[in-house]
Amino acid sequence: MRNLIDILELSVEEIGELMGIADDIIERPEAYSDICKGKKLATLFFEPSTRTRLSFEAAMYELGGNVLGFSEANSSSAAKGESVSDTVRIVSYYADIIAMRHPKEGAPLVASYASDVPVINAGDGGHNHPTQTLTDLFTIKREIGHFDGLTVGFCGDLKFGRTVHSLLCALARYKNVKMVFISPEELKMPDYLIQEVLIPNNIEYVETTSLDEVMPQLDVLYMTRVQKERFFNEADYIRLKDSYILTPEKLASAKADMRVLHPLPRVNEIANTVDKDERAAYFRQAKNGKYIRMALILRLLGLK
Amino acid sequence: MIIGAIKNGIVLDHITAGRSMEIYDVLHLGELECTVAIIKNADSVKKGKKDILKIFEVIDLDLDVLGYIDPGITVNIIQDGKVVSRKHLELPDRVTNVIKCKNPRCITSTEQGIDQVFKLTNREKAIYRCMYCESKAK
Repeated sequence: MRNLIDILELSVEEIGELMGIADDIIERPEAYSDICKGKKLATLFFEPSTRTRLSFEAAMYELGGNVLGFSEANSSSAAKGESVSDTVRIVSYYADIIAMRHPKEGAPLVASYASDVPVINAGDGGHNHPTQTLTDLFTIKREIGHFDGLTVGFCGDLKFGRTVHSLLCALARYKNVKMVFISPEELKMPDYLIQEVLIPNNIEYVETTSLDEVMPQLDVLYMTRVQKERFFNEADYIRLKDSYILTPEKLASAKADMRVLHPLPRVNEIANTVDKDERAAYFRQAKNGKYIRMALILRLLGLK
Repeated sequence: MIIGAIKNGIVLDHITAGRSMEIYDVLHLGELECTVAIIKNADSVKKGKKDILKIFEVIDLDLDVLGYIDPGITVNIIQDGKVVSRKHLELPDRVTNVIKCKNPRCITSTEQGIDQVFKLTNREKAIYRCMYCESKAK
């Protein structure tokens, strides 16, 4: 493993190894507190992202390393028209590893060709966000213990949600996973994912517009935001928006050990009153993101 | 002149009828100094009708481009009047600088000096996707 651009570059075994390292970091943080001493992570964020950038930076600091970088394109040489390749080539002389977010799809792949050091894709437009998928997988593993035979529900905007698409592709490689897609007609899972990923992998799936109907079957519910601007007219949005808001009442029919995940930030799709339910795993998920990124940094630097 | 047997050269056979001119242009055959014959709507046992291109010189051909445009083509290399090599083309696994990505959000729309690379992701349906943004070739 030299870079992480797309989650599917990692085998199921490699993901398992990363999760093992992250588990060990949680168990024995002191064993890792100095391991990256003298190493530098460059966070090149050509578009703003609070959560992902801070998570990467916290990960590197907790490993004893240092961080340099920028948090928006305006404060980088990109504002002067420099190419991604040139920026990354220079930065790779200064840092030992790069985490990069860019609004253009495929920019981290271009960066990986120009870089002398490992590049991690920290999100490229609506395309890939592999460390979010690692976070999602690690959270399922931590909360439930395994993937085999799980019924995973995806709810909300399934058409445009990159986190949903990446998680679907990653989960399709585990045994007997069943998927349930809960969305309004306008925001259904794209057909190409069904044709190119689910059918060839013999993944059982169901599409529905009703969260209530399928709630009792689910082991994991992956919530996403239904954005008003995705609808063709306001009447449809008003009609549908409440169907996809998770409340304690809706959760009443869920299994006692079901888990709710959300890539965050949430706006109103999960009521605050759900937060105190043990099944609400989304804040623990955000915390897990730091540990799995620590594991990834260690692996890419060849330190673990 | 009579378009007959080639002593040394290339015969592109089984071109889909009507596509020979497109292939002539893509391969820049108009720039060659040797004889090039375009045969249109020839009878074909397999396809009913076919086109054929005869190039009276052995030149370097980009078989990936050719395979992408018309995967049914047979490439015959002729030396001393004999077929010394026959290759049935199929869709190439990747094509470089043949298709341009039309996704405005793709890095290829802004980054200077990078190749436009498309990968074959579904051979049965002949689907190519951009290596960078994974958009489907149109």
